[in-house]
Amino acid sequence: MAASTVAASELIKSMNKQMSTLYPIASCVIRRISTTSARRHSQSPLTAQSDSQQLVGVVGLEIHAQINSNTKLFSGSPVRFSAPPNSLVSFFDASLPGTLPVLNRRCVEAAVMTGLALNCTINQKSLFDRKHYFYADLPAGYQITQQRRPVAVDGTLTYSLLGGKQRNQVVKKNVHIKQIQLEQDSGKSLHDDARSHTLIDLNRAGVGLMELVMEPDMSCGEEAAAAVRELQLILQALGTCQGNMSEGQMRVDANVSVRKPGEPLGVRTEVKNINSVRYLARAIDYEIQRQIDVLQRGGKVQNETRAFDSKSGETIPMRDKEGLQDYRFMPEPNLPPLIVYEDNASLPAGTDACQAVVVQEIRDRLPELPGVKRDRLVQTHGILPEHSFTLVNEDGLVEYFEAVLKATRKEPRKVIGWVTKELLGRLRERDMSVGQSPVAPLALAELLELQETGRISSSVAKQVFQEMWRSPGKTAPQIIQEQDLGLVSDMAQLHDICQKVVDAHPDEVDAVRNGNKKVLNKLMGLVQRETKGRADPVVVREILQEKTS
Amino acid sequence: MLNLTIKRLSQAFREGRLSPTEVCRSCLNRIKKTQHLNAYISVTEELALKQAQEAETRLSQGAPKGPLDGIPFAVKDNFCTKNIRTTCASRMLKDYIPPYSATVVQKLLDQGAVLMGKTNMDEFAMGSGSTDGFYGPVRNPWSYTAPYREQSSAAPDSDWVISGGSSGGSAAAVASLTSYLALGSDTGGSTRNPGALCGLVALKPTYGLLSRHGLIPLVNSMDVPGILTRSVSDTAIVLGILQDLDVQDSTTIPAPASLADLPVDFNVKNLCVGIPKEYHAPGLSEEVLAQWSHVADMFERSGARVEQVSLPHTQYSIVCYHVLCCAEVASNMARFDGLEYGHRSEVDSSTEAMYGSTRHEGFNDVVRGRILSGNYFLLKQNYHHYFVKAQKVRRLIANDFKVVFDSGVDVLLTPTTLTDASPYSDFTQEDNRTRSAQEDVFTQPVNVAGLPAVSMPTALSRQGLPIGLQLIGPALQDRKLLSVAQWIEQRVGFPSISDYVEFSESRTRREQISTVW
Repeated sequence: MAASTVAASELIKSMNKQMSTLYPIASCVIRRISTTSARRHSQSPLTAQSDSQQLVGVVGLEIHAQINSNTKLFSGSPVRFSAPPNSLVSFFDASLPGTLPVLNRRCVEAAVMTGLALNCTINQKSLFDRKHYFYADLPAGYQITQQRRPVAVDGTLTYSLLGGKQRNQVVKKNVHIKQIQLEQDSGKSLHDDARSHTLIDLNRAGVGLMELVMEPDMSCGEEAAAAVRELQLILQALGTCQGNMSEGQMRVDANVSVRKPGEPLGVRTEVKNINSVRYLARAIDYEIQRQIDVLQRGGKVQNETRAFDSKSGETIPMRDKEGLQDYRFMPEPNLPPLIVYEDNASLPAGTDACQAVVVQEIRDRLPELPGVKRDRLVQTHGILPEHSFTLVNEDGLVEYFEAVLKATRKEPRKVIGWVTKELLGRLRERDMSVGQSPVAPLALAELLELQETGRISSSVAKQVFQEMWRSPGKTAPQIIQEQDLGLVSDMAQLHDICQKVVDAHPDEVDAVRNGNKKVLNKLMGLVQRETKGRADPVVVREILQEKTS
Repeated sequence: MLNLTIKRLSQAFREGRLSPTEVCRSCLNRIKKTQHLNAYISVTEELALKQAQEAETRLSQGAPKGPLDGIPFAVKDNFCTKNIRTTCASRMLKDYIPPYSATVVQKLLDQGAVLMGKTNMDEFAMGSGSTDGFYGPVRNPWSYTAPYREQSSAAPDSDWVISGGSSGGSAAAVASLTSYLALGSDTGGSTRNPGALCGLVALKPTYGLLSRHGLIPLVNSMDVPGILTRSVSDTAIVLGILQDLDVQDSTTIPAPASLADLPVDFNVKNLCVGIPKEYHAPGLSEEVLAQWSHVADMFERSGARVEQVSLPHTQYSIVCYHVLCCAEVASNMARFDGLEYGHRSEVDSSTEAMYGSTRHEGFNDVVRGRILSGNYFLLKQNYHHYFVKAQKVRRLIANDFKVVFDSGVDVLLTPTTLTDASPYSDFTQEDNRTRSAQEDVFTQPVNVAGLPAVSMPTALSRQGLPIGLQLIGPALQDRKLLSVAQWIEQRVGFPSISDYVEFSESRTRREQISTVW
């Protein structure tokens, strides 16, 4: 099964590129976060027959999201990805004796904002704890976290899947967020086995993390992937985390177990080492199937930590460095309780409002969240729900789309195809972001406007778009003029061309005359070939009808 | 000149009667002469002379930085000092040079005070005798004064008394007149205990009033920097400079009104002095008890209300402290793994093996014992049984004080230690843990509750050793506490050690007695 998963996923990967032209974009987008088994799931759920009772998967997630802040959680060191090793390390980060943590307000605000966006209760008072374990990239020998009383609790994440037979119905699901806690990231260890050395980079040590705990409300990889993708979009919209999984800004561990519906949860495994949303789905589905297989063979699932191997598509037991650890939690004595205030009125007298974290102020700053944005796009522009997913899923695409709309009279339902197929398809092929598009929204709008006003045909429009992509900076009118792509407006010339086509194809003309009107389309095509697509189809049809009548 | 108060010395500097370099040199000479006390781990001679020169220039230009400009001071070796070795009297940090200075050290340096060196202590401040450090025990300067020597039959080198601890080196430095003030740290009495045994004023400020940034921690929730001087007004000057918020220590609090000058004639008529009955503890020496009664009577005769009060949970303080201290020690010591700094074992078969032997080699058995206990108390299965219970007891102890102070008591008067200083040979009969439990009995509850307390010398015992009494006040009443302390100081007439020892400047017959100085 593993092998087939790999092959299939490669297929999906390459399909991605073709799909933009072959299928409606929406299915392609959903594919990005699903796997073969997800598709199988939609047809026959990922379950197993055991007598009449089925085993189903149960999935919970622990997500570590790196807070997007200028400095670390408890020190003034800058936070940057891929800086030279140990160049972003303060005395505190290296745990020099006598140094003390000083809480970064920006990190608290990020956690509160994330909590609000996920409908959490914000704890007015939360506490910090030390979690002890010896590891080379944890210089203090403990991590400061929020074990007893986290900053936010009891929230919900709503995410959507495309379901139904056509996979074009939007199905909304909820996952319960148990808590969001603030904690320190660790450094990085690089093991040089050949020289039996370990190199330590402390740049990441002390960076602020939000640990989000999602309850086991999901049942398969596709759901987990969709939930994580939605969370990623929310965090990015909030700006509280950049959410890039491959850079480790978001790290997802999955708790997976199987059970018969209605029965208590089974023994779970924790799957780690998952560095993309796509792999998350595959790892979970593999693990569910593995556990089902184990149980069906009469075996027992071991409570263990397993690593996902993206090459083989399997999960394998990890040498468990944290196996029987007792973390010896203890209150962090150097940090007073973290107090956040509901509004300015609840600030105690003498408190510097600039120093306090005020929930209401953060609530007022909440941006439009992806779910709301999708609904708005569907309602305002009349586009299909699946198109709203495509737009929102791609960073910057909504803004692009709306900028195009503003500058053209073309209907949104027609523009959407240009944005999700022509533009996004090309971007995907080249692995580019919307921001890197060589064609700016206004340039595309100008092109669409030319088409809308009948200056060029739709096939020419696509040709021009290709040219604009190849020669950034060139405007549509420039290209049309240079390559003489404007519609042939000389009626005499058009008549001549049509006459030539009619004269050269007596059989087809006969067929039309005998009532086979479809053949007229062939003649039209021939005329367009002659004119390189520059003829107005309406006019050509009229001329040909006249000449074949 | 070495026995002057800070105030007088500062005045002499301003008036040009004495110069900082001259005083600095005298202190350095004295450090050399008193080397046998083992008060200093590092003497920063070159730096001191340079700083003294700078102070001298400022003073000669009539622009001193403040009342501490040019004043020699010493710092316990658990405060980080930039580019100056900071060892915590442990093999673990024997070559450790911090890249930054503790806030309180920096504040003194910024005032132009002249750093003489880093003082000896119990390893990582775990002890009450300054006998358990990597650099050997500290000797109490009073061991070499005439009154003590006259009643001792043994030779000075075998019969000497301990300095108390764990800030014994700081106390010995100030008592032996090699520095005018010293920083100690106080977690369970570590500043007051040696202060009492060495005849000094020793202040443990309210928790949070002085920054702990740069103080290598013992118990974060109880540690405070302590101040050791030879007079109450000196302590007040230093406190005024060191107190206040520090952005680098989130547990600091804004300082109340300035402490620059204490009232000269404090009136005790409206004062209510509490005498906690639980402090009449087993092992309390008759002489200390007599002093305690004497000063209590003094208050009463002067019109103060003296009341017996009860702090019923005091008896649980030692065990409560033991659990909380060990737990935090286990946690705080986890960073010493030989990777980033400090001692690293030669054993390199695996990272874990390196950790193990580094920590075994680097820490003494007292530290290792507390780490072991602390980790035991923090285990999941023990946490509620030990740590949580200890925290509850801590609350009860703090509440005892609150009840007493809320009832109208202004200050509590108690002994600081059970007895005067013990001979080293007696002290080391017991193990560290037993001794700490005995010695800290009067001082620990104050740390548990976070309150200010000051130990004052009131008299010499029959064998010529200092006896100290302790005043405890409500949180943030440090100034009032010092005012009361000064009132006592003015009346007890505690002698200066210089009354009994000879100085190099004026050698006389009595040098015979104090040859070992």
